[in-house]
Amino acid sequence: MRVIVNQQEYELPHQSMVSDALVLIQAKPPYAVAVNLQFVPKSKHAQFPLNENDQVEIIAPVTGG
Amino acid sequence: MTAPLPQTFNQADSLVLYGESFASRLLLGTSRYPSPQVLETAVNTAKPAMITVSLRRQGSSTTEAHSGFWDLLKKMAVPVLPNTAGCHSPQEVITTAQMAREVFETDWIKLELIGDDYTLQPDTLRLVETAEILIKDGFKVLPYCTEDLILCQRLVDVGCQAVMPWAAPIGTGQGPLNPYAMKLLRDRLEVPLLVDAGLGLPSHACSVMEWGFDGVLLNTAVALADDPVVMAKAFAMAVEAGRSAYLSGAMQAQISAQASTPLVGTPFWHQT
Repeated sequence: MRVIVNQQEYELPHQSMVSDALVLIQAKPPYAVAVNLQFVPKSKHAQFPLNENDQVEIIAPVTGG
Repeated sequence: MTAPLPQTFNQADSLVLYGESFASRLLLGTSRYPSPQVLETAVNTAKPAMITVSLRRQGSSTTEAHSGFWDLLKKMAVPVLPNTAGCHSPQEVITTAQMAREVFETDWIKLELIGDDYTLQPDTLRLVETAEILIKDGFKVLPYCTEDLILCQRLVDVGCQAVMPWAAPIGTGQGPLNPYAMKLLRDRLEVPLLVDAGLGLPSHACSVMEWGFDGVLLNTAVALADDPVVMAKAFAMAVEAGRSAYLSGAMQAQISAQASTPLVGTPFWHQT
């Protein structure tokens, strides 16, 4: 199954969850996740299923103005 | 002998936003400093009420360059104000705000909804609806907006307990480009007004505080100074000076000269 994580294409097994995408890119805490522009809270990472062509955003804190 | 302070002067003159009190009226950005160490020293020197932060994709060159930023935030222990910089749609703003709330564990959000990439002017036509959604979702929204009176009023109408009009486009350092509208805004609105963006010099900050603005938020003017730490202190002092001047009840400007030294008894003076 093809998913886009932070604008990079990846192959994940069907029925993968958001938590699998986090493992895939070796996400380092702290982070937060959105799938197809919808926020997915931390409490749901392990149960939120990914689908073909999903756009996953995994973000981290940076400086800001 | 010390003259009594005017009744308007409050020794504990704190900035109150959404019911929370802040000792400082300066909010400081954390970007574009020469090094994390300089940022830390500037923050420790200016003692801002809040510092602004943001979110970017993990694994990007930006986040890689900021790998120690989280630890620095914890070390500085200053309240953070996450922004939604770079968002171009209400949904982008809302999702970014929700992610920021989880990462930074705060309901504060600096609402930025960009309508034009060249000027970084906010999308004023969709700002109000976006602010309303965030307010209903429990956020304490500080919207970056223009100095347009009706826009600011509408933001207040949907629940914003403070608004943050720009002085000039972000990062330009031009200072207030429309003093008339900004003073009018102060006269017409009762909520806290924070000037966000466009300040380049401490005198700019001092001026808007003299006009009755409640605080300023700035970044580039400090970060890009040759000595950001000294400039951070200068801005902190300017904000305090401007606030004190506002509370003191400044004199009215006069058209004609009025001697300040007593005239009666002037030597060598002869009545003609």
